[in-house]
Amino acid sequence: MTYAFAALADPTRRRIFERLATGPAPVGQLAKGLPISRPAVSQHLAALKNAGLVTDHAEGTRRIYRIDPNGLAAIRIWLDQFWTEALANYAAEIERSPGDTP
Amino acid sequence: MNLQILPAPVRKSIVVKTGIDKAFAVFTGSMGRWWPATHSTNRASPLAEVIMEPSPQGRWYERGQDGSECQWGHVIAWEPPHRVLLAWQLNGEWQFDPGLVTELEIRFTPQGAHATRVELEHRNLERLGDHAERARTAFDGEGGWAGLLAAYADIAAR
Repeated sequence: MTYAFAALADPTRRRIFERLATGPAPVGQLAKGLPISRPAVSQHLAALKNAGLVTDHAEGTRRIYRIDPNGLAAIRIWLDQFWTEALANYAAEIERSPGDTP
Repeated sequence: MNLQILPAPVRKSIVVKTGIDKAFAVFTGSMGRWWPATHSTNRASPLAEVIMEPSPQGRWYERGQDGSECQWGHVIAWEPPHRVLLAWQLNGEWQFDPGLVTELEIRFTPQGAHATRVELEHRNLERLGDHAERARTAFDGEGGWAGLLAAYADIAAR
């Protein structure tokens, strides 16, 4: 199995992806606030889905998109959070220890 | 579509209120004092210390309170006090995997005499892909994202 990681280099696609990181959403909701058409958003979502970064399912007539928890994206988000916490601890440790010499 | 685009590296930047020498020393030499205690590869004993041997090819590992050692990776480039490049060899289950190398680069830049910008980049995350599925457990579990946020809230409230 090969992973074709699509599209996180594209800024619009990354923006869509980051919005999905906060919770599942339908296309229409994702298109709001983006300077591109709804069909264009759908194309980006298709690319994200091809890459295994998002999944979708039907809910009535709408398709709901969410981040694929089996995908690499989950690890990336997790590491991102981890480093935020680790660096905050690091800065706090520096403030705790006196003086400017190690 | 034959598109092969890699996941963006994790990049972080922080300014700490100390000179570059101490910023480097605390990062590399006292890692165990600030490393989130929730993130240990040692299932047998809580984390006591993180040791980074100060030279290229130096080992990077944790020591548990019972004295046991668990490898995390190794030093690739050692350029105090400006830069260190590490091989992070922990997979998505937070276990050492000798066949896996992701790069972790930390750069230190003076901002006057008493402040230092620290820039961190964790890259080659696509190499974690083989473990992506298994990482779901880690991500969803207590040690995952939810656990991290809880730990962070604890620290912030202190």
